[in-house]
Amino acid sequence: MKKKKTFLSILATALMLIFAICALMPFFFLLISSFKPGSEMIRNGLQFKFDFENYSLVNYGLLTTDRDGMYIDWYKNSVIIMVLQVVVGLFLSSLVGYGLAKYRFKGRNLIFVLVLLVMMVPVEILILPLYKQINTFGMINTYAGVILPFVVPATGVFFFRQFAIGLPTEIMESGRIDGCGEFSIFFKLMMPLMLPAYGAMTILLSMNSWNAMVWPMIVLRTTEMQTLPLGLQSLLTPYGNNYDLLLSGAVMSVLPIMVVFLLNQKTFIAGMSAGSVKG
Amino acid sequence: MANNNNGAKQISASKKKIRMQDIAPYIFVSPFVLYFLIFFLYPICQTFYQSLCQQVGFAPPHFAGFANYKLLMDEFFMKSVQNSAMYTFFTCLILIPLPLILANLINSGFVKQADGIKSAMFIPALTSVVMAGLFFRYAFSSNAEALFNSVLTSLGMPAQGWLEKRTTTWIVLVIFCCWKWMGVNIVYYLSALQTVPKDLYEAAELDGANSWQRFMHITVPCVKPTIIYVLTISIYGGFSMFAESFTLFNGARTPGDIGATIVSYIYAQGFNRNNFGIASAAGIVLLGSVLIINIIQLKFNGSLGKEAE
Repeated sequence: MKKKKTFLSILATALMLIFAICALMPFFFLLISSFKPGSEMIRNGLQFKFDFENYSLVNYGLLTTDRDGMYIDWYKNSVIIMVLQVVVGLFLSSLVGYGLAKYRFKGRNLIFVLVLLVMMVPVEILILPLYKQINTFGMINTYAGVILPFVVPATGVFFFRQFAIGLPTEIMESGRIDGCGEFSIFFKLMMPLMLPAYGAMTILLSMNSWNAMVWPMIVLRTTEMQTLPLGLQSLLTPYGNNYDLLLSGAVMSVLPIMVVFLLNQKTFIAGMSAGSVKG
Repeated sequence: MANNNNGAKQISASKKKIRMQDIAPYIFVSPFVLYFLIFFLYPICQTFYQSLCQQVGFAPPHFAGFANYKLLMDEFFMKSVQNSAMYTFFTCLILIPLPLILANLINSGFVKQADGIKSAMFIPALTSVVMAGLFFRYAFSSNAEALFNSVLTSLGMPAQGWLEKRTTTWIVLVIFCCWKWMGVNIVYYLSALQTVPKDLYEAAELDGANSWQRFMHITVPCVKPTIIYVLTISIYGGFSMFAESFTLFNGARTPGDIGATIVSYIYAQGFNRNNFGIASAAGIVLLGSVLIINIIQLKFNGSLGKEAE
């Protein structure tokens, strides 16, 4: 019996290891390729051959020098957009989620159903009218244009609502007795209790913002305003003359989110499964 | 609900006595209401209206009834819908059951280093589609030495021009999707598995149920809400897929439309050709298909209505 158990354990671990290796394979191969001239990848595709003596860090030097350091601009744009989007998104969605969870008022159910509706409708069908709208606001090619159409993330509202439902209502009552207004109850008493939810949502929202492609691609028209995914995409020219920068740039673009992930794996995973719990 | 909102404010102005407690919730939810009206309801109505108008470029639109929907029936659109539907079907076929089985395996305690494996499998979800697309594009290169072809040839099969044919393009896209979301779905299922009462398994074991029976009759019913959730977002994700195809083929148009999806059709018609009417009609078709399939699916699974609680 015991022997059978160890055998099963080895088998199960081996199977999962294969899946894990498959999951990491792209990073490994792109990392390897980033030490070689990009033209080689275009010509041969990615291969199982490794010739370590030809590896160099030349591609990484291009990050700051190529095309007047355009890559640095992209990085800066990505960071600014992410920070703005996450801070504003967290604040507004927690406000709404808390309001939906902790107060009984007319129209509450309707608003919650609308939140679910927004979560269910593909954003992509809205890109044309949103583009026209942002155009009339004069926000094409601005950070505001990227952020505004998604300023109250519905997933965030849903998540904060689910989280706030579980918070003790007595705290609000005692706050009122102490003479706190409704807003200072939120800011001083309830917000600190929602910190774990803020942690999980920060991760989810920053991940979405950092990797967003379709909408920023439509709003950001000039090269120096582009974010990392767009800039890297623009390097994918048929002639392959930019692939050196593309490879090192792609590797460096994953780094921040990877570091954040490795530091907060638990919160990260909690944030990801946030939507499904109590669903 | 906008009326409610205004109503509450007017009352508060006329009667000072009203409690702050009754007005506060409306202020709390007002950002969403505004957001919904400006960036959701209005654009959706706009899409509906546009889909009934014909407009090319910046000329003023004129009402055209269902002309755009008739124009939609071209080969490009048909192929896009077919591609999106196939992609959604096959990704659901793999990404609903397989992660549940793997999550169950991890949960069984047989897997060593489960945390490390979980993290490794989660990492693809963090990556931008551009970077992942770069890998898949060159791992599926048509030359015989490229990653996937070298596996094929070592198994004695001929090398493929993966991104040159429609069926092989589907395979690449489905593999891409499975790679990206497998870990996330495992995490979803793992958190659901924690809620299954342990004594159910013990009782079943006493009754002589084998592990397959326990899986089918205890695990699956208990995690059903999560299965439905994963299915719902997979249908949504499948039909709105665009970035993957865009990076693999480096554009919204693909040779012979082998990689076209409904969203790439919208993008190509709207932004490359300025055919806003046709693009809007395609958007409405997309909205309709996602909503209808999800409603049927939720109804079939008996969880419609529960969600609003």
